[in-house]
Amino acid sequence: MSETSRISGYAHPDVLVTTEWLEQNSASVKIVECDEDVLLYEVGHIPGAVKLDWHTELNDQDKRDYLTGAQFAELMKAKGIDRNDTIVLYGDRSNWWATYAFWVIKLFGHEDVRILNGGRAKWIAEGREITKAVPAPTAVNYPVIERDDKTIRAFRNEVLEHIGKPLVDVRSRPEYTGERLHMPDYPNEGASRGGHIPTSASIPWSSAILEDETFKDVADLKKIYFDTTGFDPSDDFIAYCRIGERSSHSWFVLKYLLGVKNVRNYDGSWTEWGNLVGVPIAVGEEPGVFAR
Amino acid sequence: MNSNAQAVVDDFTFLEERDRLQLLLEFSEQLPDLDARFGENPELLERVEECQSPVFIAVEGNLERVSLHFSAPQEAPTTRGFASVLSSALNGQSAQEILDLPDDFPSMLGLDRLISPLRVRGMRGMLSRIKRKTREIVAQGN
Repeated sequence: MSETSRISGYAHPDVLVTTEWLEQNSASVKIVECDEDVLLYEVGHIPGAVKLDWHTELNDQDKRDYLTGAQFAELMKAKGIDRNDTIVLYGDRSNWWATYAFWVIKLFGHEDVRILNGGRAKWIAEGREITKAVPAPTAVNYPVIERDDKTIRAFRNEVLEHIGKPLVDVRSRPEYTGERLHMPDYPNEGASRGGHIPTSASIPWSSAILEDETFKDVADLKKIYFDTTGFDPSDDFIAYCRIGERSSHSWFVLKYLLGVKNVRNYDGSWTEWGNLVGVPIAVGEEPGVFAR
Repeated sequence: MNSNAQAVVDDFTFLEERDRLQLLLEFSEQLPDLDARFGENPELLERVEECQSPVFIAVEGNLERVSLHFSAPQEAPTTRGFASVLSSALNGQSAQEILDLPDDFPSMLGLDRLISPLRVRGMRGMLSRIKRKTREIVAQGN
């Protein structure tokens, strides 16, 4: 199946663009690169792209939380992005951080945000142009929009209430089972307990992508997220991982490719849940049960 | 801490926080190419499992002088930067000087707020493997 026919099969095909499309339309959109490796943009990037640093630019520095509306407006201005602009995000590692940035930008309701299918790796593999030239952002105004923490974001108490409904754990299998990783001189200091939130299904985030880092077709995705789990697509979903970035990738798949209406990302994720006093956890291969 | 390592720490901490990433990028660009013989004998290299990107190290030499070799792809500049920092601080030093480098050296560069904790931990992993291999050289007593 060709990439364009795969894209047209998704619930919201407009949120994905191909490398070819981006090459032809780069002048009419704002291209933003967001990588796990925060030096990668400097090695070379798509012409016209600005850098977004997921580690230093998306969070409030005084509180474990995302930017405020005013801080987000400043960030967008600094990147030269207008409220009406089309943002095209891409990045390394199969767009893992690009989808994370996508989710954070959507907390502020920016309308037209898209992902470059296949991300940085596909663009480079196809021999398309990259540059070290850093564009000077144009002056724009961006309104202060309050962050919406209800629609696509879940907090710990909401997750507790949600147990028993579709919960997707997108971490690797050993993280899900709670198996401790004992590597020399590598302390497991992320969480005090290992395991998963009871009743969650284990669907590692990378299940959604093909070898060229583009997304699998909708039929395969349905099998993975619905058929094997027994989850009802019309139900409410919550996805989580370790700190909420890998689960943004799965959140994107569920919401935009599969068309689940209500799907939230639990950004507290395992670094919060695995340290919380008084919440249940499950260990081992099975989702587990939780009797209220 | 040996004078080369101290100089690296001074170079980083002298800069404003935002400029430290730029310095790390410059280090990544200066990572020496891997000696050709390693390409023919990949078993001489050890993979650093703690790093998120593929990086391989080799530690050779004797008590007086230890040589470090690193291999990391161009598409992994942060990892290359860390490898290059360790190379500047430790390559050519005596075994004792390598073992004397504080385990906390990666945090002394002032990058903790700029680079994710998993990444910094990857650099610690690199350092601890270098030390372990250096201890093997010491144990052999040459």
